[in-house]
Amino acid sequence: MENSKIISIEGLIKWFPIGGGKFTALNDINLTFGKGEFAGLVGPSGSGKTTLLNIIGSLDAPSEGKATVLGQSIGELSHKKAAKLRNEHLGFIFQTYNLLPVYSVYENVEFPLLLLGKNAEERKKAVMDALEWVGLTDKIKSRPAQLSGGECQRVAVARAMVKKPVIVLADEPTANLDAENSHNILQTMEKLNSELKTTFIFATHDEKVKKYLHRKVSLFDGKVSQDELVEKVGNG
Amino acid sequence: MIKFLLKGVFRDHHRSLFPAITVSIGVALTVFMTCYFSGFIGDMIDFNARFLTGHVRIMTRGYADNIDQMPNDYAMIGVDEILDNLHNRYPEMIFINRIKFGGLLDVADENGETKIQGPTIGIAADILSENSTELDRLNILKALIRGELPQNPGEILVSDDFAKKLEIVPGQEVTFLGSTMYGSMTMQNFTLSGTVKFGTPAMDRAAIIMDITDAQYALNMENATGEILGYFSDNIYNNPKAEQISGEFNAEFSDPDDEFSLTMSDLKHQSGLSDYVDYADHFIGIIIFVFIGAMSLVLWNSGLLGGLRRYGEIGVRLAIGEYKGHIYRSMIIESIGIGVIGSVFGTIIGLLFSYWMAVKGIDIGSMMKTSSIMFPSVIKATIVSHAYYIGFIPGLLATVIGTMLAGIGIYKRQTASLFKELET
Repeated sequence: MENSKIISIEGLIKWFPIGGGKFTALNDINLTFGKGEFAGLVGPSGSGKTTLLNIIGSLDAPSEGKATVLGQSIGELSHKKAAKLRNEHLGFIFQTYNLLPVYSVYENVEFPLLLLGKNAEERKKAVMDALEWVGLTDKIKSRPAQLSGGECQRVAVARAMVKKPVIVLADEPTANLDAENSHNILQTMEKLNSELKTTFIFATHDEKVKKYLHRKVSLFDGKVSQDELVEKVGNG
Repeated sequence: MIKFLLKGVFRDHHRSLFPAITVSIGVALTVFMTCYFSGFIGDMIDFNARFLTGHVRIMTRGYADNIDQMPNDYAMIGVDEILDNLHNRYPEMIFINRIKFGGLLDVADENGETKIQGPTIGIAADILSENSTELDRLNILKALIRGELPQNPGEILVSDDFAKKLEIVPGQEVTFLGSTMYGSMTMQNFTLSGTVKFGTPAMDRAAIIMDITDAQYALNMENATGEILGYFSDNIYNNPKAEQISGEFNAEFSDPDDEFSLTMSDLKHQSGLSDYVDYADHFIGIIIFVFIGAMSLVLWNSGLLGGLRRYGEIGVRLAIGEYKGHIYRSMIIESIGIGVIGSVFGTIIGLLFSYWMAVKGIDIGSMMKTSSIMFPSVIKATIVSHAYYIGFIPGLLATVIGTMLAGIGIYKRQTASLFKELET
C-alpha cells in the first residue's frame, strides 16, 4: 500500500428512511485508502459493501460523518461536481457489464473520453491502449451481443481504465463469469494496478476475487469487522 | 459527441424508426386533412361564387331580404346603366347580371296535353353573346352530357337527371310555366338543346339554364335583373378588398327605408359562408390540436418504453459522469431530429396523398341527394401553401413534449441507486 491517502472516511454513518423509522446501512466507518491499493470490501449480502462503494463513487452522500475522495468532500458536492469527479477520476465496473448495445467495442471504450472532450487522435490512442491491456484489439468492431461474458467484462474494464482514472470501483465484477474468465479479468486488473498505480476497490463476496486482494476490509451489519493486509506471494 | 449520439440513434431502430414512423403518420394525416378540408371549403366557396353569390352581389334591399324566394318582383330596373356605372367605378372587377327564377317545366304528349311536368329552378345568364365569360364561369361546356350548347334564342339546357326524369331528349320542345316580375303568369316554349351535370346535388336535381335575354323576355324583365354579380378580374376572392368595396357601395347607395335601393354583399357574408370559413379554420386547428395530443401520448409512451429499455444505458452514462442535464438535452435534441425527419417524410407523404386526392376526389353525391347546399359532389383536396409547414407543428411539438415527459424520469432518478439498478 502506498502512503498518499486518496480516500478518507471518518465517522461515516449512512441510514435510509424506512416507513416511520430508519435503517442504518453503515455505522461509524473509519477507513483510508492510498494510491495504488488493490482492496476489497468483503462481507455477506446486506453488510453495506455497495452502499460504501456508492459513497466513495460520489453516487450517494453520507448521512453523518465525512467521506473525502481526492480532496473533495462527497457530502458537499453538487450533482454537477459529483458527475465531474466521476467523469475525470473514477472508473466503474459493474456485475452485468452494462455496455451500450448499439455501439461497437471501440465506441463503448471511447465514450468516457468523449465526455472528457478529448480530441480524435488522443481518443484513438487511448482506446487502442486500453483494448491492448485487456487483449481485445481484434474485436474493436464487434458489438457486445457478439462477445462472450468474459469478453464483455474485459471491454467494461477497458472502458473504466481508458481515461486512466485514479480509482476504479468494481461491484461484484466476476459474479457473472466462470472461473477461468474471472481469473483472466482479475489478472488483467491486478496487472493494471501494478503498472498504472490505479487504486482498485472491489465490493465482493466472491472467493475468487478475495484471493487476489491485497487488502480486505470486512463489513458486517454496516460496521468494519476486520481490516487486514494480505501478504501476496502469488496469484490465485 | 453529437456524431456518437447520432450513431446510436440511427442504429437503434426503437429510438429512431418507430418514433419517426409514428410522427410521419400523424404529420401525413394532418397535412392530408388540412389539404382535404381546405379543398372542401375552397371548392364550396368557389362553387358558390360561380353559381350563386359572386365575389360581391348587388340586389335591391327587398330582393336581399327575401332572397330564398327568388323574388323577381324586387328586381332592379335599368340594368345596362347600373352595369356601366359599376364598370366605371370598379374597373378591377367584372360585373354580370343573372336572373334566378322558379316555375314548372311541362312536357306535352303527341296531342299537346301535359305528359309530365316538374318544378324547376332556372338560372339565366349571358350564354349566347360572343364575348360571354359565363360559359367558362358556369363550366357549362364541361358539364354538357348530351346534345349541344344553346346556339339561338329559345334554346335551353336542362340538368341531366331532371331531363331523364321528364323523359326528354335534346331537340324536344318543353314549356316553362312561371310568373313575371309583375306577378302575372307566363308560359314560354323552349327547345332542349342539351343536358348538363354540374356535380352539385342542388343544381343537378331540377335546374334549367337559359340565356338572360330569353329569361328577360319570358319573365317580362326587359332591362331588369334580379342580381348583379361581381368578380375580381383574376378570379381570386380577396375578402378585405370585397369588404371594402361593399362597405363603400352600401354607404353610398343603400337606404334602409327604400326596399328598391341597391345593396352589395361580399361572398364571405352570404349564405352563411363566413360560418363555413370560420368552421374550416377551427376544424383545422382542432385537427392539429388532436394530433399533437394523440401523438404526444403515443410518443410519451414510446419514450417511456424506450427509457425503460435504455435505463441501463442512461445509468451507465450517469455513472461514467455525464450530467443529467446533458443526457436530458441530448434526448430532446434526438427527439427534435426525429421530429424533423418524421415531419419531412410525413409532409411529403401527406402532400403526395393530397395531390392524388386533388386529382381523384371523393364522390359524396350519393350521400347528399336531398341537400340544398351548393357544393360540388366530388370533394377534392387542395394543396394550400400552409400544408408545406403545418405538419411540423404536431410533428415537432409531439416528439419534444413526449420526450420531455418521458425524460423527467432522468431527473427523478436517484444516482445512489445506480449500482443496485444496474445489477438487476
